Amino acid sequence: MLAKRIIPCLDVKEGRVVKGRRFEGIQDVADPTAMAAFYNAAGADELVFYDITASADGRKPFFNVVKKVASQIFIPLTVGGGIASVADFDMALSSGADKVSVNSGALARPQLIEEAARKYGDQCVVLSIDCKRVNGCYHVCSHGGRTDTGRSLIAWAQEGVARGAGEIVLNSIDTDGVKQGFDLAMLAELSSLRVPIIASGGAGKKEDFSALFQALPFVSAGLAASIFHYGQLSIQELKSYLAAQHIAVRQ
Amino acid sequence: MIAIIDYGVGNLFSLSASLAHQGIPYTITCKPEEIEQADALILPGVGAFGDAAKRLQDSGLDQVIHKQTQKGIPLLGICLGMQLLFEKSYEYGEHKGLGLLPGVVCPLRPDLPREDALVPHMGWNRLHIVKDDPILAPLPENRHMYFVHSFYAKQCQEVLLADAEYESIRVPAIVGRGRVYGMQFHPEKSGAAGLQLLTNFARLLSR
Repeated sequence: MLAKRIIPCLDVKEGRVVKGRRFEGIQDVADPTAMAAFYNAAGADELVFYDITASADGRKPFFNVVKKVASQIFIPLTVGGGIASVADFDMALSSGADKVSVNSGALARPQLIEEAARKYGDQCVVLSIDCKRVNGCYHVCSHGGRTDTGRSLIAWAQEGVARGAGEIVLNSIDTDGVKQGFDLAMLAELSSLRVPIIASGGAGKKEDFSALFQALPFVSAGLAASIFHYGQLSIQELKSYLAAQHIAVRQ
Repeated sequence: MIAIIDYGVGNLFSLSASLAHQGIPYTITCKPEEIEQADALILPGVGAFGDAAKRLQDSGLDQVIHKQTQKGIPLLGICLGMQLLFEKSYEYGEHKGLGLLPGVVCPLRPDLPREDALVPHMGWNRLHIVKDDPILAPLPENRHMYFVHSFYAKQCQEVLLADAEYESIRVPAIVGRGRVYGMQFHPEKSGAAGLQLLTNFARLLSR
């Protein structure tokens, strides 16, 4: 049986981790390499390195930083932010990423998903979707949630999978930063998709993760940033708790 | 010195970073004379079986691998590299493998009981040890390994060392006979436990 994955997300801006805090043994909490090594040792199942302003700035992620991060961790690494072409996939993967996350780039040109999946396989292509409620409907947003595309969540997710996305990360803009739990209603929209679904946005305590995996067994992983970065919850503590709730985790 | 056989299939970044981290000397090469100098070989690989097998044949590296393993040089195949150790694969057609281990490679999908089960088998799965072997000593404390594959080995009971359960079928995870080993998962992506297995393999050099 596959273990449910716990994924810390490193939001990087200008080569530095945003929302860093002081961890024991880490001198520079904003250094992505040090943070990545810390999470690798702490039992994270995967890391996401996300260049949060790359897309808005119209540039590529910091591949030199990705390379340094990748050489320090021995768990899967996903890289995202500003990915718009197969050449960007080439760069990310040769910098040591295992998967590449596309968002605004795929919304602007959906064939990007097909091109990348054909070259590298579905398992390399992660479709990251930012979504919020608009008049009771789930709308897909682009550019870090700043632009409402008007597209419906399920239609875009289905199209993404049909084009070759091997995994979907659903970021709920409505619950992001609220710390009252993952957006279970929004995630439930994706229950019929036959790819792993990663929940993102809203984790505030360990019970939020157990509620996620118990309510929505099809969800493969929970992704979070600040709850881990600020040290409110350690990965080890979270996994011990989930194991006690009979949720399969890697310990 | 371990030679990572570079035959143009897949990304060697993580594998070389893992060996470096464990202090295991390695070289990445496609040159037969360098491979023949090595004390142990790693055959990596991601992608399609047919294409990879053809690359090995066209480059003559298949003969080099046969020659070295016959001399008792340890060999570790990882992911597609493990699948290539078997006799044949039914991945989009029928392709001949290296035939170093008994077994065949088949698609997962038709064997999974649930139609909506996810393929590839991707994620962290727990090793179940079937048979003791030097590669499992010491056995990592944490036995979850990272898998990503859509095809799997069958008819390989004779050489099965460890497997993992996925959707109620047993997926061969570590196979081995003599000094020829295969791992279906990625030890270089499996945290401390995976690194331990790579170190165990490197230790075979001194045996």
